[in-house]
Amino acid sequence: MSVVSDTVDWLTDSINHSGTDGIPNRLVEHLGYTAETIAIAGIIAIPIGLWIGHTGRFRGAAVALTGALRALPTLGLLTALALIVGIGLTAPLIALVLLAVPPLLAGAYAGVESVDRQTIDAARAMGMTELQILRKVEIPLALPIIVGGVRSGVLQVVATATVAAYVGLGGLGRYLIDGQAVSDYAQMAGGSVLVVLVALVLDGIFATLQRLATGRRPQKQTSPA
Amino acid sequence: MTWFFDNIDMIRELFVRHAWISVVSTVIGFVIALPVGWYANEHPRLRGVAVAIVGVLYTIPSIALFVLLPGILGTGFLSVINVIIALSIYAAAVMVRSAADGFGSVSPAVLDAASAAGYSRPQRVFRVELPLAGPVLLAGIRVVSVSTVSMLSVATLIGVSNLGSLFTDGFRRDFQTEIVVGILGIVVLALVLDALLVLAGRLLMPWTRGQKTVSRLRPLDDSVSKAVQAP
Repeated sequence: MSVVSDTVDWLTDSINHSGTDGIPNRLVEHLGYTAETIAIAGIIAIPIGLWIGHTGRFRGAAVALTGALRALPTLGLLTALALIVGIGLTAPLIALVLLAVPPLLAGAYAGVESVDRQTIDAARAMGMTELQILRKVEIPLALPIIVGGVRSGVLQVVATATVAAYVGLGGLGRYLIDGQAVSDYAQMAGGSVLVVLVALVLDGIFATLQRLATGRRPQKQTSPA
Repeated sequence: MTWFFDNIDMIRELFVRHAWISVVSTVIGFVIALPVGWYANEHPRLRGVAVAIVGVLYTIPSIALFVLLPGILGTGFLSVINVIIALSIYAAAVMVRSAADGFGSVSPAVLDAASAAGYSRPQRVFRVELPLAGPVLLAGIRVVSVSTVSMLSVATLIGVSNLGSLFTDGFRRDFQTEIVVGILGIVVLALVLDALLVLAGRLLMPWTRGQKTVSRLRPLDDSVSKAVQAP
């Protein structure tokens, strides 16, 4: 199929392997946006999520907020912010952070919530302070779910960063948007293949991290009912 | 506001288009996922495989799938068929897991009772398992419907028009109102479809009416995070 061979040609053409518009640079940009966004969203969402999970306060509000933000169309948010803030990196990065917050927040509060009440009561009975309970009991036990939240946040950001090329962000999405502008299907398809690979590899890495986080907890005892 | 009324015909047309593409994709995804989810639940070993495949599909960013499908299928680049297939794949990906969970939630004792009462296998599937799995299936399709409506707007970038066209057009013309109308249109459509699903659920499953088992947002949380956290 010529479409496939054109795409392979585009991916292997050495002209696409260097410079600002080269694959290595676009890949690094894409990963950079993802890391930056997840770091900012994590600093905001994870402490709040842990607090909600630990205290049970504002749980309803958090659930409603995560649900509402999820229904918001990403392209609408991106274009609206770009018009408000102006063209540049700021608007897309704000949008990416906004979209990464719900999964991270949900992972953090759902993780802490999933910890067995009896375990927490036992920790409290042993004289642990609230902070110790959070640090030594809840967070370690919640870790797989917290990492799961980060995992879905990362996938969300990888996908949205691609769309954000429309409002001027760099990264792999440039190939899709610039290719579309000049009807260069091979470039669009090549860019898409790269985006899919990035998503699959990151998902695989986080799946492994999740497994490692799960491995730290002792096997659940199945008590005879 | 003036812009809204001046362009009401165009907006209505995009709204209707957005609605039918979303509904068709959601229905196709549901119809595909139902037997797959049922089968996966019957065969625990296959369940792991199905959940893994579904997890990989869900990992693929929608814009990439919108671009790649025409190349894979040989359909026209601007064809709405690509978009429907892509959205159906995502819908099925979320729904398979939901369906497997739904059928898995039916108590084995109830199934034994049905068999003992003389139900044949197909009768049991359609008259016992399916209705009892109903609430979980409903929760799943509600998640799918909202995300499909939202995801479709991205297809604008490859040239398939829908309410998302208001975003790209508004952006090009530096016209905030048009983007806001687009966002509102999509949110309203998502709410309307969700209300219709809840209504259909009430009509099809009258026994769930009194009880508040399926809350509005909680299942959305769970099944999406489950879908994404597939190992």
